[in-house]
Amino acid sequence: MFAYIVRRAVVGVIMLIVMSLVTFLLFFASPIDPARYACGKNCSPQLREQTRKALGYDKPTVVQWTDFLQGVVKGRQYPDDPALVKKNPDLVAQCPAPCFGYSVVNQTTVNAELKRAFPVSLSLALAALIMWLAGGVFFGVVAAVKKGSLFDRGIVAGALIFYAFPAFFIGIFLLKFFAIKWQLVAIPAYTPIADGPLLWLQGLFLPGLTLALLYMAGYVRMTRAFVLESMSEDYVRTARAKGLKSRRVLVKHSMRAALTPLVTLVGLDFAALMGGAIITESVFNYNGLGKLAVDANTTLDLPTIIGLVLLLGAFVIIANIIVDVLYAVIDPRVRVG
Amino acid sequence: MVHFPTVDGVVKATDGLSFDLEKGKTLGIVGESGSGKSVSSSAILGLHRKTNAQVSGEILLDGVDLLQLSDEEMRLRRGKEVSMIFQDPLSAMHPYYTVGNQIGEAYLVHNKVSKKAARARAIEMLDRVGIPQPDRRVDDYPHQFSGGMRQRAMIAMGLINNPDLLIADEPTTALDVTVQAQILDLLQDLQREFNSAVIIITHDLGVVAEMVDDVLVMYAGRAVEYGPCKEILTHPEMPYTWGLLSSVPDVRGDVNAKLIPIPGNPPSLLDPPPGCMFHPRCTHRDKVPGDLCRTELPELLPGVSGSGHLKRCHLANPDEIYATEILPEIAPDMVEEK
Repeated sequence: MFAYIVRRAVVGVIMLIVMSLVTFLLFFASPIDPARYACGKNCSPQLREQTRKALGYDKPTVVQWTDFLQGVVKGRQYPDDPALVKKNPDLVAQCPAPCFGYSVVNQTTVNAELKRAFPVSLSLALAALIMWLAGGVFFGVVAAVKKGSLFDRGIVAGALIFYAFPAFFIGIFLLKFFAIKWQLVAIPAYTPIADGPLLWLQGLFLPGLTLALLYMAGYVRMTRAFVLESMSEDYVRTARAKGLKSRRVLVKHSMRAALTPLVTLVGLDFAALMGGAIITESVFNYNGLGKLAVDANTTLDLPTIIGLVLLLGAFVIIANIIVDVLYAVIDPRVRVG
Repeated sequence: MVHFPTVDGVVKATDGLSFDLEKGKTLGIVGESGSGKSVSSSAILGLHRKTNAQVSGEILLDGVDLLQLSDEEMRLRRGKEVSMIFQDPLSAMHPYYTVGNQIGEAYLVHNKVSKKAARARAIEMLDRVGIPQPDRRVDDYPHQFSGGMRQRAMIAMGLINNPDLLIADEPTTALDVTVQAQILDLLQDLQREFNSAVIIITHDLGVVAEMVDDVLVMYAGRAVEYGPCKEILTHPEMPYTWGLLSSVPDVRGDVNAKLIPIPGNPPSLLDPPPGCMFHPRCTHRDKVPGDLCRTELPELLPGVSGSGHLKRCHLANPDEIYATEILPEIAPDMVEEK
């Protein structure tokens, strides 16, 4: 098992390196000149070249990429050009290893940006995950057990309604009614967990709920389908033939098998949510990774883009490794040796 | 009687079925796939879900009508007084739990004992059904067992509470021939030891000849022939039973013996044919005067050979037809011996 995890981790690192190269190549294949963009209006060709040099975009793409990799391993300083460093020593920014670059747009290292935004997105994704998983599994199982009843139909229809609405609508709706009109909860704002776990939770409730309602629909329907499927399995019939109580048949025999495929989905959805909750983040004014990604893309901020790609990529890879390990824990047939 | 209401109408899976069985005796229920064998045995255990099945009639176990019991009372009897062994032991065992856990669970639910005692009992049962090193194999998962061992484990699970009635639903269908014999042997031994009544559901007449005291032949949800095993195998009186016998190859038998399959398929239970259910596939239907086979369902009545042997057929002289037309075809050697 340990060897397996190491092997997966090595493959994951190789994938990340390839991802960084692809991002570099794609960035420079774009028709928009990043130097021209950074230079702004009324930019003379001379000034543009100067900007290009200052940003380090004058070197060949592959050299820039190897410089980047070196920075990750050894750290580097910005600007990279020794001549510029000599001219303005006070402007030099140090970026110790692992350095993912320096964002000229935000005047800070990418590491610092990610460090600030990561906990925001992680908190949001975690809050959403817990709510949607609890709700999705609970309602899904209830719907399956009461299959065909009004309750079942109500749950399935309700889930579909939330699924059909766009995230910004649910977000604004919750914000307007729960926080502003009825004032049931405080207007959500992100508070770091270090400033008080209760405040942190309070701030996460509405944005988490918005995402949870969105994701819950799929989980309700899948849980319902998986549980129904497992209830017609032979081993569930065996469990009933033993004379077990129906609740025990459901929880021990039926649900254990039914919820296994959900593990895969949870891993992938959670990883995707880390950088993908852009709309919810902007509705609730959370400065998370999603918002950072949108800003970096509109300002052509290459270092930030690369940093985000690698961080989110690493997250997906780690989530997948965790899912595979969990699978082996759950299903004895997957265990090797 | 077990009926399944569906969107297209009521599926009469079994209808007018009646049999009885004493302790220590074995009943074989024979028939093609879909003839209602498994459905009726599931009804005995109360395994049909009330939402999609209607079970009526009476099922008496030691004088208690199982159909009148509440769900909870039935649950307490399930696995304790009546238990069941299923066809495919790989899919009938939960892949995520150890064999010992699953066997012990059956003991734990009906006895107030510790988990440790249940485990010890599971090991004892595994040993009894012939699993080598039971104290080690008890912690294996079903996929680590061979097919025959899995079926042995299922038998251990079925017998752990010493039930009055054991239903074995095609217990050897998914197994190799050599393993089949071992499992049947084991079942016979255990039946003697535990003195349970056993119902064996099968489509294998070899199993029937080997194991059972009484035979019930089912067709399209109804009993078509019922009687002592020897009687039915030597003097069958219903053309469907003849068909079953003609479809069995006999390796030691005469090389001139023919295999005669029954033409056609079993009827739809949603829309069964009028008259005798078997008449569309019956080659003897024209021997009955007045087209009776197509219009009137025959009653299950004592046949020519005596009151213990019931059959559902209009034919007046089945023993004669069997002796002159069927036997010479399927077993010419037996005719000569006479």
